[in-house]
Amino acid sequence: MKKQKVHIYNNIFKAIVFFFALITFLSVILIGIFMIVNGGPSIVKVGLKEFLLGPVWNSANEPPQYGILAFILSSFYSTFFTVLIAVPISILVALAIGQLMPKGLGSVLRSIISLLAGIPSVIYGFMGLIFVVPFVQRIFNLSSGLTMLSSVIVLIIMTLPTIISVSETSINAVNKGYLEAAYALGVRKEYALFTIIIPAAKSGIMTAVLLGVGRAIGETMAVIMVAGNIPQMPSMLKPVRFLTTAIVTEMSYATEQTRGVLIGIGLVLFVFVLIVNSVFRFFIKKAGKING
Amino acid sequence: MDKNIYDKQIRPGVIAVRALIYTVTAAVVTLVVAIIVYLIIKGLPYINWELLSTAPSRLNETYGIAPMIINTLYIVLITLVVSIPLGIGTAIYLAEYSKPGKIISAFRFAIEILAGIPSIVYGLFGLAFFVNTLRIGSGSGSMLSGALTCALIVLPTMIRTTEEALLQVNPTYREAAFSLGASKLHIIRTILLPCALPGIVVAVILSIGRIVSESAALLYTAGVDYTMPTNFAKHIVEPGAGLTVQLYLYATEGGAPDWVPYAMAAILMILVFVINLTANIIAGLFKKKVSVK
Repeated sequence: MKKQKVHIYNNIFKAIVFFFALITFLSVILIGIFMIVNGGPSIVKVGLKEFLLGPVWNSANEPPQYGILAFILSSFYSTFFTVLIAVPISILVALAIGQLMPKGLGSVLRSIISLLAGIPSVIYGFMGLIFVVPFVQRIFNLSSGLTMLSSVIVLIIMTLPTIISVSETSINAVNKGYLEAAYALGVRKEYALFTIIIPAAKSGIMTAVLLGVGRAIGETMAVIMVAGNIPQMPSMLKPVRFLTTAIVTEMSYATEQTRGVLIGIGLVLFVFVLIVNSVFRFFIKKAGKING
Repeated sequence: MDKNIYDKQIRPGVIAVRALIYTVTAAVVTLVVAIIVYLIIKGLPYINWELLSTAPSRLNETYGIAPMIINTLYIVLITLVVSIPLGIGTAIYLAEYSKPGKIISAFRFAIEILAGIPSIVYGLFGLAFFVNTLRIGSGSGSMLSGALTCALIVLPTMIRTTEEALLQVNPTYREAAFSLGASKLHIIRTILLPCALPGIVVAVILSIGRIVSESAALLYTAGVDYTMPTNFAKHIVEPGAGLTVQLYLYATEGGAPDWVPYAMAAILMILVFVINLTANIIAGLFKKKVSVK
């Protein structure tokens, strides 16, 4: 009799967790479908080629022009330069706190840097507005410091903690035997760091780069405050508008048609993230195989 | 003339490498400390009871942030109410009940993709779906719409962390319980969940941090109102800006004296630090406990 009851409770519980899993599953699918159904037709209406390769964005024109090439290039350039500068810095810092410094000092610095990771992006934007923007304006003698350069500087600071912590984890996970073998052969530590540790930690560092790219492409609020937000082709010392900031800027006063196009931009971002993920996954697998 | 081979040779290359690494590290750490210290020193003197307890009002000349604190609290609470059962339930299902197969691995892949999507895309979805299609609350956003959007954002992390915590429970516990004839529900309730609890708590705390710092997804789903809520039940369907969104508005559009955004930034920073510190301490205790075993 009692056994029967336990059985019922078990089944009820199983049904409940299955139901929760189902809701999660459906909402994941819903997001995808919703983005495609709402953004897809607008893209088709504008024409995929005009949409992706059109150089002019002017939603207030009659008829409106919805070319997002400038946004795509701006996002691409700023991400590229951010990663280009943030990755070498991060690797050096990761080597310092993971390999060179005494353990105590290393862990203190590690926790200080990890504090950066939790800071809300609006605070980064606010700091950028106070420090970076006037700085860029003065150094380059511009009429306004709201430029792509300012947003790249802010993005570098924002991506540092993520890239540092992930690459440090992979650097510390490298087999100690490799280093010991190198020392036994008379290799200096400084030399071994670059010829043994970094190549062996390659796949982990790739993951770190992937996270950095994801954060730089997707960042919105920090860059909207410092990028100047003018839809034009990217240039370091000019104001630019990114894919993410384009959505925020026009969403509040968008017409029905523009709103569809903005969801289309969201779709483009979605696809970018997918592509970046798959490409890096491929490389990480490859790098893992060579080392393994 | 002969050099002793035990003397360490000083090589310029080695010194240069060390100098480079230490300089870069020192620069990064100085920058971090400078940012944090500057904001807190600039903002801290303005934090007082009046700021924390009043609403912005031209008439009374107050620039308080009480409504934003309340809005942030609303969003955090509603998000947790929605995402904790969903996240933990899904994790239990994935870890304990699901059989490996194509659908489950597709699901895992989808969750992983979700974790990488920029929050502005979630905001876009929330606006189009919760606000415009389902019409939850007011047309310019509501606490509930914002919280549902946030729930979608924190779900992937919550599911993954909980599942990891469940899978880390020593398998012999489970086997021992099974061999004694315990039912699956009993094992989950009395063994797996208690053992995985610290991991789950850390996941929840980190989610709170994420929601507190979220802004892009909330701007158009939760709205931008800053009046003091009058009816606490009705406020769920009313729009309102949280701390981050209001800080963004003050910093870009003005509307308050210069010190207000500094004070808000300092409060946000301290809040986020406390949240992350708590998560770290709990995670540290958990690690110690596991290693003792």
